[in-house]
Amino acid sequence: MSDQIPPRLQEIIEDFQWSEGREKLELLLEYSEKMPSLPERIRQHLEGMERVAECMTPVLVTAEVQDGKMQFYFDVPRESPTVRGYAALISEGLRDLTPEEVLQVPNDFYHQMGLHEVLTHQRLAGISAILAHMKHLAAHHLTQSEGG
Amino acid sequence: MNQGYAHPEYLVETDWVAQNMNNPKVRIVESDEDTLLYETGHIPGAVKVDWFTSLQDPVRRDFLSKDEFEKLNSRLGISNDTTVVFYGDKNNWFAAYALWLYQYYGHKDTKIMNGGRMKWEKEGRPLTKDTPGYASTQYRAKEPDANIRAFRDDVFAEVKAGRPLVDVRSPKEYSGELISMPNYPQEGATRGGHIPGAVNIPWSKAIREEDGAFKSPEELRLMYESQGVVPEKEVIAYCRIGERSSHTWFVLKYLLGYPKVKNYDGSWTEWGNLVNAPIEKSAGS
Repeated sequence: MSDQIPPRLQEIIEDFQWSEGREKLELLLEYSEKMPSLPERIRQHLEGMERVAECMTPVLVTAEVQDGKMQFYFDVPRESPTVRGYAALISEGLRDLTPEEVLQVPNDFYHQMGLHEVLTHQRLAGISAILAHMKHLAAHHLTQSEGG
Repeated sequence: MNQGYAHPEYLVETDWVAQNMNNPKVRIVESDEDTLLYETGHIPGAVKVDWFTSLQDPVRRDFLSKDEFEKLNSRLGISNDTTVVFYGDKNNWFAAYALWLYQYYGHKDTKIMNGGRMKWEKEGRPLTKDTPGYASTQYRAKEPDANIRAFRDDVFAEVKAGRPLVDVRSPKEYSGELISMPNYPQEGATRGGHIPGAVNIPWSKAIREEDGAFKSPEELRLMYESQGVVPEKEVIAYCRIGERSSHTWFVLKYLLGYPKVKNYDGSWTEWGNLVNAPIEKSAGS
């Protein structure tokens, strides 16, 4: 499967490319602050969300598929603004994609954003696990719909 | 509050910080694991250090140079005689890391705010997003203090002499079960386990769960001494990259008054990659 960056994510990547050093972190903070709260139907069933095990920060994720398009929802504590900002950014960047398109997002797309200049390797490893988990949800949906 | 600790002058309570926020001889410094937290709101008047982008060398695996350390302090408005008080998230994990570095470059008047960010917030104390600006200073750092930093040769000597090593990582990292964690290639080690002879005392055991403050001197002393980590011997603490172990270093050095404690910042990411270095894989007691 060839790597492909969806248009909305491409815009976000470019915003980061235009920002230098500290501005990248400020941008991340903005995403963290405007992260939408969970829809009531999901908040009522937090046990249905999955924990991204590789992240030091408790990150919960779930996905819904409507008309073949995926929406991801995250729950990340406010005390972890870096990871929260990243989760907000990626759920926006990957909004309304088909599961196949989600699977095509390159795993190292954040390198283009220059995040490795401001975040540690370990943090990057943790946040790349978030995309890995989203792909896992996408793949799971594909196998389910094939089976069903 | 701080009674019974060997060097209580290295610890202050949130009350003290609240009273000294505007004291020109005091600089409050936030140092977090999540380095964006400062921007979400911090103690009024506090400045920020980012342990990755401001305390480490951008190229070599090392701390920032003496020259860069001087520039950092000059920029933060810290003079040689300023009382520097560190606090941060996650039980002052990276606050201790920053304090260790200040000690390394000879800044003697350093303190940790007991309980860190969490206690300050829980007590409903003020946070602000305003970033203060301080007049820059002429800061002069001292030569690095070799007595508080261990390099790998020091660790080999420690193992050979049978002196105490404290592995402050989680039990699973200590036993070697957790090392090839998925998605952790870059700062990982190719081998799991611990340095032979090291005892496992996870760093956060020094902390009271309810408010994130340090445990009593009696509890701390019992915890370390019962595992053979005693003040009569030179002790080396290590973890994965030397951050968690700087917290234990603080506890041993200042709260319990151990005269000779070093932090091995190379830690497991160095030892577990060193060719021919001995490794033990047993579980802790």
